[in-house]
Amino acid sequence: MQLDDLNAIAEKEKAAAKKICLRTCMSAGCMSSRADVIKKNLDAEVKAQGMEAEVEVRRVGCMGFCGQGPLVGVDHDDGREELFEFVKPEDAPAIVSSLKGGPCDVHRGDPKHPFFAKQVKIVRANGGIVDPESIEDYIAVGGYQALHQALTELKPAEVVEAITKSGLRGRGGAGYPTGLKWGTVAKSAGNKKYVVCNGDEGDPGAFMDRSVLESDPHLVLEGMAIAAYAVGADQGFLYVRAEYPLAISRLQIAIKQAKQLGLLGGGIFETPFIFNVDIRIGAGAFVCGEETALMASVEGKRGTPRPRPPFPAESGLWGCPTLINNVETFANIAPIIANGAEWYASFGTEKSKGTKVFALTGKITNNGLIEVPMGIPLRQIVEEMGGGAPDGRQIKSVQTGGPSGGCIPAQHLDTPVDYESLTKLGSIMGSGGMVVMDDTTNMVEIAKFYMEFCMDESCGKCIPCRAGTVQMHNLLDKILKRKATARDLAKLEELCDMVKNTSLCGLGQTAPNPTLSTLRFFRNEYEQLLQPDKFGPRGNGEPKKASVAA
Amino acid sequence: MAAKTLTIDGKPITAEEGATVLQAADEAGIKIPTLCHLDGVYDVGACRLCLVEVTGVAKLLPACTTRVAEGMEVKTDSERLRKYRRITLELLFAERNHVCAVCVANGHCELQTLAYSQGMDHVRYEYLFPKWGVDTTHRLFGMDHNRCVLCTRCVRVCWHVEGAGTKNVAGRGTRSHIITDLAMPWGESDSCTQCGKCVQACPTGALFHKGSTTGEMERDRGKLEFIVTAREKKQWVTAD
Repeated sequence: MQLDDLNAIAEKEKAAAKKICLRTCMSAGCMSSRADVIKKNLDAEVKAQGMEAEVEVRRVGCMGFCGQGPLVGVDHDDGREELFEFVKPEDAPAIVSSLKGGPCDVHRGDPKHPFFAKQVKIVRANGGIVDPESIEDYIAVGGYQALHQALTELKPAEVVEAITKSGLRGRGGAGYPTGLKWGTVAKSAGNKKYVVCNGDEGDPGAFMDRSVLESDPHLVLEGMAIAAYAVGADQGFLYVRAEYPLAISRLQIAIKQAKQLGLLGGGIFETPFIFNVDIRIGAGAFVCGEETALMASVEGKRGTPRPRPPFPAESGLWGCPTLINNVETFANIAPIIANGAEWYASFGTEKSKGTKVFALTGKITNNGLIEVPMGIPLRQIVEEMGGGAPDGRQIKSVQTGGPSGGCIPAQHLDTPVDYESLTKLGSIMGSGGMVVMDDTTNMVEIAKFYMEFCMDESCGKCIPCRAGTVQMHNLLDKILKRKATARDLAKLEELCDMVKNTSLCGLGQTAPNPTLSTLRFFRNEYEQLLQPDKFGPRGNGEPKKASVAA
Repeated sequence: MAAKTLTIDGKPITAEEGATVLQAADEAGIKIPTLCHLDGVYDVGACRLCLVEVTGVAKLLPACTTRVAEGMEVKTDSERLRKYRRITLELLFAERNHVCAVCVANGHCELQTLAYSQGMDHVRYEYLFPKWGVDTTHRLFGMDHNRCVLCTRCVRVCWHVEGAGTKNVAGRGTRSHIITDLAMPWGESDSCTQCGKCVQACPTGALFHKGSTTGEMERDRGKLEFIVTAREKKQWVTAD
């Protein structure tokens, strides 16, 4: 495979394009509403109406507007775009005949809806456009050009330099500068190095990485290959949770296709660069999203975290220097190399560059996936793009960062979405879950929900997380049942502080966050549930100082 | 090997490069409380009792897995550390059924000793009273899960000292528990070499030699008869 071959595939694919393209979303969300049958029916109907010459029915990945699914998009050769929403399998004849001007009462969406119009797509540029099971489709939109560029025009150090300059930060949640991490792995001594893609997305309400893997698996593979070249690795692992079977099967197809074309394996683009990727499937433990636990799991051990240092960059898989990045981070790499670091750095804020994909869920009119530039005000996301709370309700709070994050109250909706601003509010950027809550939501219940999640998902290794989350959960439950006193609340706060500061890994260290942030902004909701303390000094609910301090 | 100079609790000390803060403190006669640490077995940093403050590091660091560094300033004792250690112990006591008075390890228990030394005089958290079983299927040893603190010392000695790999951890969170082979009764294990290292490693009364628990003492009266028969009849057999 050389550049000419790559271009030839792209040209051939473009030449074969038909006048009209019916893009059928076949990501997990739409698939669960029988998108596979819709595609089959559309195929049959195009044939039946004799329109095979001008109409292509294409399987595509996620278009983002998941709440309105199943979705079918129509691209006309004159640039006109149409969108059908809530499509049912029996709508196929009407949709196809509408292409010839026939009547069609299938629910029509607006492709220019603010939900779409306000987005800036880098990671999800091909989502809903290319067939995720066709490498040719990916090559036709410029796929693997960045890998070629990196391998033939740039030295590994120059690739690291480009990523550093782009200002890209880890999209898994913590926001560690990606270039710095790559540089550390590149400079770590060792003959054998690994590149690992963390696809163990598990926050409640988060499905960004699943969508990227299902919609554009080659983008992630290309990013991993560029990363491997930059740090000097020849083996990659894609760690995907078992709950994502569609993502796994599409990755398997993508790896096979890339190997067949010589884009993975030995002598890629006729350079000495070798890179192989294997898939490792998680076994259901949320904690395996933590990098040291993930590595233990890849090695076939029980997935429990270990203290850092040593960091994976220095001693990771089987003691070798290992680069671990999140799916979305890898998905940003090829566009950065292809378009340049300056181009990427032109999006976002001073300290948070580029875009971020969010899964917009909860009490919001428009559910789905969005990709927005960093620094966009939260209000613009939930009110303009998300359409606010349904049923005329008021938005009360937006939860970001899942069980490690916090609840941002409505009065702070004008906060720009970037790493620093969210941290200042006691939440985190996280991996991209954004759960909107309306004024019917009980914040103590929310805190209890997330605590229960952490309690169930604690690996059990360190005491503060294993036993502390249970006690915090029980205290929250006691408050909700109106059996708790101010003394219990003080105990809860003390435990939050202790678990946060003493737990071994990120899971435990951040488990108190949802409780702490709801306590910070919605303390009155807790206090309303408290009972008078019979044993207080005056029986008025005031805790005895001595007993709390003990 | 180069030596490193550091201060622990204001005391200037030297330590070998690669030594842990725990080792350095121990050499200098400074006692840091530990539970999952066991001399001779690698450390996992799980119990969080040995957390110390290091100047310039925002997070608390486990002394057992943190290596000494030149000029490091370590504080092993502070109001905050004492509070965290007490809470850790309280959480452990509330988690399972640690009733000292009826425990085989009473008076020889590291958890009990820690509670005394850290001034943990009562537990403010709700006792969970879980229903864990006792495995007495092994010929020589028993395992009382109710007294287990999940320090995994037994697992580590079994894998890395004995090399048998019999003990392991199953389950998540507070449902974590020590298992034998693939969660089978200990007595049915093929891999167990009956070496007893796990019993020696256990800090509490969770792993014990059979015959040492309350009400288990049996007398071997035949032994007297054997000796008397041997002396009087010059026969080294029992009477019947």
